[in-house]
Amino acid sequence: MTKDECRQVVLDIIADIAPDEDLSNVKPEVRLRDQLQLDSMDFLDIVMELRKRHGIEVPEADYMQLASLDSCAEYLTPKFNALAGKS
Amino acid sequence: MKPARIVITGIGLTAPNGNTLADFRHSLLNGVSGVSRIEVRHMGQQLAGVCTYDPLKYQKRKELRVGTRAGSISIYCAREALADSGVAFDALPKDRVGIYLGCTEHGNVETENEIHNISKFAYDTKFWSHYHNPRTVANNPAGETSLNLGVTGPAYTLGAACAAGNLGLIHATQMLRLRECDFAICGGVSESSHTFGIFAGFKSQNALATHEDAAKASRPFDKARNGIVISEGGCLYTLERLEDAQARGAKIYAEIAGYHVNSDASDYVLPNPTRQAECVRAALGRSGLAARDIHIVNTHATATPLGDIQECEAIRAVFGVDCPETHINNTKSFIGHAMGAAGALELAGNLPSFNDGIVHPSINVDDLDPQCALPGLVLNTPRAAARIDTILNNSFGMLGINSTLIVRRFVA
Repeated sequence: MTKDECRQVVLDIIADIAPDEDLSNVKPEVRLRDQLQLDSMDFLDIVMELRKRHGIEVPEADYMQLASLDSCAEYLTPKFNALAGKS
Repeated sequence: MKPARIVITGIGLTAPNGNTLADFRHSLLNGVSGVSRIEVRHMGQQLAGVCTYDPLKYQKRKELRVGTRAGSISIYCAREALADSGVAFDALPKDRVGIYLGCTEHGNVETENEIHNISKFAYDTKFWSHYHNPRTVANNPAGETSLNLGVTGPAYTLGAACAAGNLGLIHATQMLRLRECDFAICGGVSESSHTFGIFAGFKSQNALATHEDAAKASRPFDKARNGIVISEGGCLYTLERLEDAQARGAKIYAEIAGYHVNSDASDYVLPNPTRQAECVRAALGRSGLAARDIHIVNTHATATPLGDIQECEAIRAVFGVDCPETHINNTKSFIGHAMGAAGALELAGNLPSFNDGIVHPSINVDDLDPQCALPGLVLNTPRAAARIDTILNNSFGMLGINSTLIVRRFVA
């Protein structure tokens, strides 16, 4: 998985958990909470959907890694690739 | 000192056969049922009353995703009631607004959904939703409404089984009289048709209605009645002290005339006609009205073989003689049993009688059960009444909770 693909995975999840948001111009380097109406429960949704859809676990200590699309991609892409390597 | 006079100034509702009072009333006067067939988890097709209001009218899609059906119904009804009341809601001190919602139960839908969800993950509870607790707390419907409206006064639910709709109005009346709030949003809501457990429970009790024709399935007082049609719905009112309503020039639907709540203390599920009659008489006593002064008695009857007979026994004991102007009807025959919303919806369906002078009937009675043959029963077609100045609304529930609410035409 590339980092771009990883960003899209996160955006797809956000599209489901925040269906009223316009995601066409999300800036990857800007914190998601600074450009979208997302609260702490929504971030728990992102964690849950990564677990449900992709088998990815994000420990609580790493939640800050989900701050922006770029940081998500940095943090999650190796996890996705590690999973792919196992299968 | 006389207690403050309390009046109804706004109504918002969603019933299986109408999403406004006007539509609901039209359905009740034209024999329009709201019962259809839905797919129920683990049980296949079942008869149910389903509401068709637009949830997006007052909520965003994310709020609907996070919240509950009962919360959504409550918000819709509250917003509709406020609009109907004509109150300048933005100008009201929000800490003086009370929200009092009756519920039969709350949380079963969400718990069932979560168990179904984790069943797909080998029951691993790490897949259990973090929304489970805010969705299932008993105050959820009232809490979601307070969030939507920005109300900072008391907002909570009253658990009273199927008497709960009346309880919402009764409690709001008490809180207004105690000056715990200055403006009340109250009534009852139910999302029960979204839980398979209630269907399965009634089926195990042999109390779940069946019929080839969905529209004919809910048939209180009919000899062939065979149980309850489970429905969702909601009906919320705005209640105010009379002087406040008059000061703002509000239209007034009716005045709260009397009420009573008591308990059978005799059985988990079987009703007790002696206690029901006591409840009705106590409400009459509080209202200062005699039985013969009541022009519409809206029954609770749910179409269970025994329950209808027992309520009729209670009504016969109070209204059986010397009540020539008392008409008796039933609303569940149109919409099924909307559980916590039932009492509030059924009162609303009758309130227009003060203006149109017509009593809506109890439909689907092809063969009247002789044990339910009450004098004054209005069957199958609406009846024009010489006088309608009072309505008595019965709602009873499991564990033996009984409620009677009486409203009268408002006369200054």
